[in-house]
Amino acid sequence: MQATVGAIASSVPQEERARRDARHDRLFGWLLKGCALLVLACLLGAAGATLWGGRHAFGTFGWHFLVSDAWDPSTDTYGALVPVYGTIATSFIALLLAVPVSFGIALYLSEVAPPWLRTPVASAIELLAGIPSIIYGMWGLFIFAPFFSDHVKPWMTNYLGDKPDDGKLSWVAQHVPFVGKLFGSDYPFGASILTAGIVLAVMIIPFISSVMREVFQTVPTRLKESAYALGSSTWEVSWDIVLPYTRSAVIGGIFLGLGRALGETMAVTFVLGNAMKLSPSILDPGASIASTIANQFSEAAGLQKSTLMALAFLLFVVTFIVLLIARWMLRQLAHKEGR
Amino acid sequence: MATGSSLYTQRRIKNIIALSLSVVATLIGLIFLAWILWETLRQGIGALRPQLFTKITAYGEDGGLLNAMVGSLMVNMIGIVIATPIGVLAGAWLAEYASGTKLGESIRFLNDILLSAPSIVLGLFVYTIVVLPSTSLTNGSTTFSGWAGGVALALIALPVIVRTSDEMLRLVPSTLREASLSLGIPQWKLTTQILIRAARSGIITGVLLALARISGETAPLLFTAFGNNYLTFNPSDKMSSLPQVIYQYANDPGEGLHAIAWAGAFVLTMFVLLLSLASRLVLSRNKVSHD
Repeated sequence: MQATVGAIASSVPQEERARRDARHDRLFGWLLKGCALLVLACLLGAAGATLWGGRHAFGTFGWHFLVSDAWDPSTDTYGALVPVYGTIATSFIALLLAVPVSFGIALYLSEVAPPWLRTPVASAIELLAGIPSIIYGMWGLFIFAPFFSDHVKPWMTNYLGDKPDDGKLSWVAQHVPFVGKLFGSDYPFGASILTAGIVLAVMIIPFISSVMREVFQTVPTRLKESAYALGSSTWEVSWDIVLPYTRSAVIGGIFLGLGRALGETMAVTFVLGNAMKLSPSILDPGASIASTIANQFSEAAGLQKSTLMALAFLLFVVTFIVLLIARWMLRQLAHKEGR
Repeated sequence: MATGSSLYTQRRIKNIIALSLSVVATLIGLIFLAWILWETLRQGIGALRPQLFTKITAYGEDGGLLNAMVGSLMVNMIGIVIATPIGVLAGAWLAEYASGTKLGESIRFLNDILLSAPSIVLGLFVYTIVVLPSTSLTNGSTTFSGWAGGVALALIALPVIVRTSDEMLRLVPSTLREASLSLGIPQWKLTTQILIRAARSGIITGVLLALARISGETAPLLFTAFGNNYLTFNPSDKMSSLPQVIYQYANDPGEGLHAIAWAGAFVLTMFVLLLSLASRLVLSRNKVSHD
């Protein structure tokens, strides 16, 4: 009897306490949710701010903005074509070089290398991803671009391009369409679209190869063992079993690298030459969206500033879509595993 | 039989070529790594001298990088101090409150996108929301500031911290949650005092990784902290930073400035690599203690 009375007496503060805890829990939940929603706010804000900043340029130039190669601060006419082309060309070259190399690295680390060598080599490759992009830029500007213009570029312009030093066109430049234009250049320095593409390739190799390596390891051992039991070689297992099984995630990894390459600023700014002129040759200097913004934004005003904001908006939207595809593709494999 | 064995030889040759190419690919990656690190070491150590740490950039070729280093540390600290609580709490929401919900899944997804979003666009975003409004308060003189730089870096650090906190909290065994809840502990106490504490070393790893990431960022600082030539500890002022001075000096025609830029690049690379090493150590020590 006394116990019951005691329980009733103490239940009042206990109830109050439960209510208080519930209230605190609710507040805490809102706080946490607010923090998480900030991530969403950042993305929307970045898109909104650049669109708002670029409204003047979009309004002035309209759709013509996307296809115009004009860039003249003295008459205030701007077009997006030169930086957009530079961004796409450098990223495409980077992917062209980085994808096979990354696949080779992933293949080596998951199938070929002796087990004791795998972790150290993988850590070394991942170290590449940790180096700040400004260091890539300096190395590109002072070391790689001079090396490229001394040892690689003369060979390319003379044997492939349509503007060789001695004026004699090579067989390739005469007979293979486009190649002559692509490699023809009389620009004397190492900075070019191709140089920027190569530096970008080195930057994105660790990203692509680590994704590939990770997903290669998710392939069920029994699949590989069955193929080996049927007499397949290591290469056949990798190409016909591992790659098809992980296809979507591999494409996701490649798009992840592409997303990085599109938005990369510092490394590209150093080695691209920053010429606001359209040239068919990949050995000529160019400009990318990010490098144009980095070079011109501080001194720009009025319509030029608005144009740079509009370019940033284009860059953000394109990288967002590329990264969206990347993450979605990567998720496909996770779903497959879960099934 | 003859065709069978020639097919076999063909397949073996193909295999050997492909595997050799994979070795070549790995060598290419390692050669570039060695090349970049070697040049940074060689050029950087050659240019190291004590005045780098005692003089400011105003003296040009006879100066040092003191204000840039101070600026870098301050702007990075502002970024980390802003991003850490928000990131950890957002990660806790993803792991504890929103697992399995549609909103939670989409925020986790978008966070991964923010992780690789172009940093220069985030810099322009902060320029729009921090620099421009404060400019209108000061009658039109553009107010670049250390605060703005810190906010820009916080946006870059945020997704790294959110992701690691989320992952690390999800690794905490659910028995810990059940035991605590059965004792009547409210959810907020469980999250702040038990789960975050259990995942502490993983979360610290995330913060260190985020710090390593933002220490090398240049692009978002160009139009937020902007840079200056004198030593200041006031974040309301323009602030210089190591990557930004490296960028400026490397693009200058002066050879003496290139040497200082290399020295700065060396200091920055060492700092970033030591940080990522430290984050690995924190994580591996944690793993040992769990065994």
